[in-house]
Amino acid sequence: MFTVPILGIDYLTFLILAPGLAGLLLLLLPNNDNLLRAVALAASTAIGAYAVFLFYAYVGQAGNLNGGYLFEVSYPWFSPIGANWHLGIDGISAAMILLTGILVPLSVLVSFEIHEGVKMHMALLLFFEIGLFGVFASLDLVIFFLFYELSLVPIFFLIKEWGGANRQYASTKFFLYSMGGTLGMLLATQLIGWSMSLTELGVPSFDIVQITQYFPALREGQTLLGQPVEVIKALAFTGFFIAFCIKVPVWPFHTWLPDAHSEAPTAGSMLLAGVMLKLGAYGFLRLVIPFFPDVWVRPLSFFGVGNFNAATIFAVLAMLGIVLGAFAAFAQTDIKRLVAYSSVNHMGFVALGLAVTAYWYGRSYTEGVTNPELLQSAIIATNGAVMQMFNHGLSSAGMFLLAGAIYHKTHTRDLTQYGGFWVKAPIYGAIFIFTSMASLGLPGLNGFIGEFLVVRGAFSVFTWITVISMLGLLFTGAYILKGIRAVLHGPFNMHWKDYDLEIDRRELIAIAPLMVLMLVTGLVPNWILTTINESVTRMLSGLL
Amino acid sequence: MIPNFNDPNFLLWLIPLGPLAAFFIISLATNRARMLPATDPHYGGHHPDYDGMPVPVVRDSSRVLSIFVGMSGIVFAWILSWRVFFAAQGLPDFGEVVFGSQINWMSLGETMFRIGVLADPLNALLLFMVPLAATMIFIYAIGYMAHDPRQARFFALLSLFAGAMLILTVSDNLLFLFVGWEIMGLCSYSLIGFWFEKPSAYRAAVKAFTTTRIADVLMLLGIVYLFGLTGTLNFRDILYNQAVLDGLYNTPAILFGGSLNAAELIGIFLIIGTIGKSAQFPLHVWLPDAMEGPTPVSAMIHAAAMVSAGVYAVIRVFPILEAGMNPHDGMFSASMLLLVFAGGFTALFAATIAVAQNDVKRVLAYSTISQLGFMIAALGIGAYVAAAFHLITHAFFKALLFMAAGSVIHGMEHGEHHVHEHAHGHGDGHDAHADAHAHDDHGHDGHHHEEAAHAPHFDPQDMMNMGGLRHKLPVTFWTFLIGGLSLAGFPLITAGFWSKDEILADAWLGLSHGYGPQTFVFVMLALAAFLTAFYTTRQIGLTFFGEPRTEEAKHASLGAPIVNIPMVAPLVVLAVFALFAGYVGVPPDFPIFGAIFSGGGKNPFFEFVNASLLHPIPKPLFTEVWPAVLTSFGVALGGIWLGWAMYIRKPLVAGQADPMIAILGPLWGLLNNKYYFDELYAIVFIRPSQAIARVAGDVIDKGVIDGFLHLIARVATFTGDLVKVFNAWLIDGFGDSIPVGIGAFGRWFRRVQTGHVQQYLLLVAVAIIIIGLIFALSTGLFQAQAAGF
Repeated sequence: MFTVPILGIDYLTFLILAPGLAGLLLLLLPNNDNLLRAVALAASTAIGAYAVFLFYAYVGQAGNLNGGYLFEVSYPWFSPIGANWHLGIDGISAAMILLTGILVPLSVLVSFEIHEGVKMHMALLLFFEIGLFGVFASLDLVIFFLFYELSLVPIFFLIKEWGGANRQYASTKFFLYSMGGTLGMLLATQLIGWSMSLTELGVPSFDIVQITQYFPALREGQTLLGQPVEVIKALAFTGFFIAFCIKVPVWPFHTWLPDAHSEAPTAGSMLLAGVMLKLGAYGFLRLVIPFFPDVWVRPLSFFGVGNFNAATIFAVLAMLGIVLGAFAAFAQTDIKRLVAYSSVNHMGFVALGLAVTAYWYGRSYTEGVTNPELLQSAIIATNGAVMQMFNHGLSSAGMFLLAGAIYHKTHTRDLTQYGGFWVKAPIYGAIFIFTSMASLGLPGLNGFIGEFLVVRGAFSVFTWITVISMLGLLFTGAYILKGIRAVLHGPFNMHWKDYDLEIDRRELIAIAPLMVLMLVTGLVPNWILTTINESVTRMLSGLL
Repeated sequence: MIPNFNDPNFLLWLIPLGPLAAFFIISLATNRARMLPATDPHYGGHHPDYDGMPVPVVRDSSRVLSIFVGMSGIVFAWILSWRVFFAAQGLPDFGEVVFGSQINWMSLGETMFRIGVLADPLNALLLFMVPLAATMIFIYAIGYMAHDPRQARFFALLSLFAGAMLILTVSDNLLFLFVGWEIMGLCSYSLIGFWFEKPSAYRAAVKAFTTTRIADVLMLLGIVYLFGLTGTLNFRDILYNQAVLDGLYNTPAILFGGSLNAAELIGIFLIIGTIGKSAQFPLHVWLPDAMEGPTPVSAMIHAAAMVSAGVYAVIRVFPILEAGMNPHDGMFSASMLLLVFAGGFTALFAATIAVAQNDVKRVLAYSTISQLGFMIAALGIGAYVAAAFHLITHAFFKALLFMAAGSVIHGMEHGEHHVHEHAHGHGDGHDAHADAHAHDDHGHDGHHHEEAAHAPHFDPQDMMNMGGLRHKLPVTFWTFLIGGLSLAGFPLITAGFWSKDEILADAWLGLSHGYGPQTFVFVMLALAAFLTAFYTTRQIGLTFFGEPRTEEAKHASLGAPIVNIPMVAPLVVLAVFALFAGYVGVPPDFPIFGAIFSGGGKNPFFEFVNASLLHPIPKPLFTEVWPAVLTSFGVALGGIWLGWAMYIRKPLVAGQADPMIAILGPLWGLLNNKYYFDELYAIVFIRPSQAIARVAGDVIDKGVIDGFLHLIARVATFTGDLVKVFNAWLIDGFGDSIPVGIGAFGRWFRRVQTGHVQQYLLLVAVAIIIIGLIFALSTGLFQAQAAGF
C-alpha cells in the first residue's frame, strides 16, 4: 500500500527533507514579515498533517508488520565505513514523530510574537524539525548521530539570538554540555561500528537493527584493538549513557536545562522541553537498552562496597531527578525556571520507567529470566515511559506557552511580581489551571497515564526507589500549586492595573489543540497507547 | 452497536455524564462576562474593590443559563441514579447479581485493562444519597451565590464536583475510583479557593490539596501494588473472589514482608488515602479550613462528596482489609487495627476540639471529622453495614446543618449590612459595600490583626455575635434543630440515632466477648457521642436561643424571596431525611420500632447492604446489645441535657463569657487552638520542606553542580593561560618579557570578563567531567570483571 513514493522520494526521507525545503524556501522569500510567518505556518502545518498521516498509516499497518519497521528504506550512503541511509519507524518512533509534527506548527504560531529576524527565526524552527524527525526515523547509527548533532545547532542560535537577558551564558552552557556529551557518543558509535566485525556479521556495520541483533552476543575472550570486548562495551555504554543522560536530563546532568529553557524564546522552550528532551529518552530505548543488555545488569561494586548494577544506578538517578527536581522547582521564583525544573521532575519518571525496561531486558537476555509477571511489569513501565514522553511533550509545551504569554505581556518572569491575575485574565486563568493540572498528573488528564504506568511497573522491581519517588510526586503538587497561586490567586498587584493580561487569540489557537490532546489522552489513552504497546511488547517479549 | 440505555447495565454510564457535560457547557458556552468597574452594584459578594478597576461580572443571561444547565445536569443524574436504585430494589438476589458493563481502556502487553461501571448494594446507597444531596446543594447555591459575579464559574465547578463523585460512585474498579477521587480534590481546591483574592481562602485551598495529596500518593502505591499482584483492579474480580483474597493474604508484603502480608500492606496504603480524604488524624488539618469556600461547597465537601468518598473507598475495599481475618471472632489484621485506632481516636479528638469553637461552621467541621471517625472505627471492628448506614444518614443531616449554618451567616451578613446602612444613612450604599469587602479580604481565622487600625472587626460566623435567631430565621431554626438533634443522636426520632446506635451495638458485641479493639471503639465512641450531643446543643443555644447579643443579630434576615426560597427549600427536604432516613435500618427485634419498620424479622437496610459482601457479617441482636442501646440513650440525652442546662436554660447575654472557659481553664486554650496542630506542622513539615527546596534549587544545583563545572573550568583555563604566558615569555625573550607578561596577563584578565572565555572555560570543564566519568565508570566495570563477575 505504501510503496508509491512522493515526488520520487520515499515517505520518511520526504518527512526529513520537507522541513529543510520549507526552511530554504523561507530564506529565499522577500523580507515581508507577515508573508514569512504565513508561509512558515502553512509549511509546518502541512508537515504536521503529513506526520499525522504517517502515524495513522503506521496504526493501520501495525498489524501486518510482523516485527519489522514500517516505511523501511536502506540506501548505501557512506559505504567505506558501512553506513547506510537506513530509515524506518515503529510504534514508539511514530508516536514521537506525531508529537514533533504537532508541536512545530504551534511553536511557529507562537513565534508570531517575534519581530526581529523573523525569517531566520522561522527557518531555524524548521531546520530544528529536520534533526528531530531524522533522529526518530533513523535506523543507522551514523545518521542517528548526525541528526542528533544537527538538532543542536538551530536551537543554540534560537536561544543565543532571541533569548532572555542571560542568553549568552545559557546558550553556551547548553551547547557545550550537549556537545560534550556527544563526544563520548561519537567514540561509542565508532567502537560499536568496528566491533561489529567481530560478530557473526563479520563486517563493520552501523545498522541499528543489525547491532541490536549481533552486538550483545559478543562474549568474553574477543578483543578489539588489543582491548577485551568487555572494555569496549563498557566504554561504549558509558559514552552513550552520559550523552543521553545529559539530554533527558537525568540528575545530576540537568543543570543546563533550567538556564536554557528559561532563557530561550517561547517557541524554543516549547520545542526544547516538548521534543528535544525526548531524543535522550528515545536514545535509551532504541540504542542503549537493546545494545547493552549485559552491561545494564552486570554486578558492580563501588570500591568493593555494595552490589548493584547500572540499571539500579539509573533508577536511583531517576529518583533523585524526580525528588530533587520537584524540590528545586518549588524553590524557584522565576516562572520559566519553575516550569523548566518541572521537566527534570517529569522526565525522571521517564528515566525510572526506562530503568525497569533496562533491568528486565538485561536479566532476560543474560539469565534467560522468563517470569511473566516481571515481563508484564517491564512492559507496563516501558509503556508508561513512552506515554510520559508524549504527555510531557504536550504539557510542558503548554506550560511554556503560557509562561511565555504572561512574560510577553508583563516583561517579567518574577513570580513575586504577579498575583491575582485571574481577575483580569479569566480565560488565561482557566487554561493555566487546566494545563497545570495536566502537568501535575491529575487523573482524567494525560499526565496521569504515564505516571501511573511507570509507578505500577517500577514498584515491583525498584520498590523502595519508587516509594521515595512518591515524595517527588507530592512536591509536584506543591510547586504546581505555588505557580497557580503566584500567578492567579491572591490580592491583585495593582501595578498591572492597566495592562491587558488576557491570552491572545493566537496563543489561544496554539494551545487549544494541546488541551484537546491532554483531555483525550487522559480519557482514552488507547488512541496512542495501543500503537506504543504493540512495539514495546514486541521488543521486550522478543527475547523469550 | 448502540447499547440499550434503558438497561441499568448501560444506564450507569450516563449517570456522571450529566454534570460533566454541564461543566463543559458552562465553561465553554454560558460563562460570558462583561467588564464592569469594581464599584458597580452588580459586582456583589465577597470581593475586593480593586480601586474601581474593570472586572468581569457574569452577564445575567449567562447566570440564568448556567444555573439552568447546572441544574439540568444534576437532575438528569438524579433521575438516572434513582432508576438504577429502584431497579435494584426489585431484584431479590441483588448483590450476587449486580448491574455493570465494561469497555477496553488500556492495552498493556498482551492483556487489556478494562474499565466499567457497577452497581451493587453498597454503591446503590450512594446513588440514592449523592445526587439527592447534590441537587439540594445546587438549589441552595442558586440563592446563596445570587449576587456573586462569578456564579456561572461556581456552577461549572460544582457540576464537575458532582460529576467526579458520580464517576467514583459508579466505577467498577479502583483506578477510576481514584480518577473521581482526584478530580474531586481539584474541585475542592478550586472551590475552597473560589474567592481567590482572600489570602485565607487560597491558603486553605492549597492546604486542602497538599494534605490530601500526601495521602493520595501513598494510596496510589496501594493501587499499583494491588494491580501488580492481581493483574486487575476490578472490584468484583478482587473483592468477590475468595481465591484472590486468599492469595493476597498468603503473599508476604513487598515492603516490611516479615511482619505484613500483601493484603495488609495494600490495605494500609488505601486506608492512608482515606485518612487524607476523610480528614482523619493526623491529616485532619485541612477540613476545618475548607470552610473558607462558599457554604454550598462546605456542604458538598462535608456531606455529598469528598469526605464521603473517603469512607466509601475503605468500605468498598473492606474484603481486602479483613482478608484472612475476622474481627467478629477477635482476629484483626494490621490494616483493621489502623482503622480502629485512627477512627476511634479521631472521633473523640475532634469532638473535644468542637466543644471549644465559636465559629458556627468550624464547630460543624470538627463534628464532621469526629463523625467520620465513627464510621472508620466502625469499619475497623467489622461493622460494615453500620459504617455504611452512618455514612448515609450523616450525609443528610450534615448537608442540612451546613446549609442551615450558611443561612445563619447569610442572615447575619444581611443584618450587618442593615446596621451599616443605618449608620451611614441609606444613600451611602457604596461605603457599606466597600467596608464589607474590606473585612472579607481578611478572612475569618486569625488575620484580624492585619487591620488593627480599623474599628473592631465584625465576624458574621462567630456564634458569640448571634443569639435569639430562632425568631428571625424560623425555618432555618427548625431545620437546624432537626439536623442538630440527628447529629446528637436524639433517641428514636432521628436518623442519626439509629445509625450511631448500630455502631455502638456492634462494638458492644465484641466488647462482651472481651475483644480489645471493640472495647476501645465502644469507649471512645460513647465519649465522643456524649460530647457531640453537648456541643451541638451548645451551638443551637448560642445561635438561636436567648436574646440577640449584637445589633447585627437583631436585624438578621434572609432578604428577598429570590434568595430566600432556594436557600430554605432544600433545608426542609433534607430535614425530612434527617428525621426519617434511619427507619430503614431499625433492628427487627427492637421493641415497638422493630415491629413497625422492620416487619417480617428483617432489617431492610442491613439485608440489602450485607448482600454486597461475599461473606456477610453477623447481625447483632437486640437481646445481646441492649446495654449499647441504653448507652446511646444515655450519652445523647446526657449531652443534650448538659448543653441545655448551660446554654439554653440560661442563655448567654451580650458581653458574657462562655461558661466553658471558666470550667475548662487552661484546657480551653488548648482546645480552642486545636491542640496547636497547625503550628506544629508548620515547624515540623512545612518549614523544613521549604528549606530542603532551597537546598535542592540553590545549594545543590547552582552551588555544587554548577560550581563544580565552573571551578574546573577556571582551573583548566588558568593552567592553559599560564602555559601561554610562559610561551610568550620564551618567544619574546627575556628582556621585555616582564612588561609583555604583565600586558598579556592584563589582556587575559580582560578576556576573562567577556563571555568568550567563559564559554571556553565551560567547554573544558564539561569535557573534563565527561572524560573523568568515562574513566571512573569504566574502571568500575573493570574492577567488577577482575572480581570475577
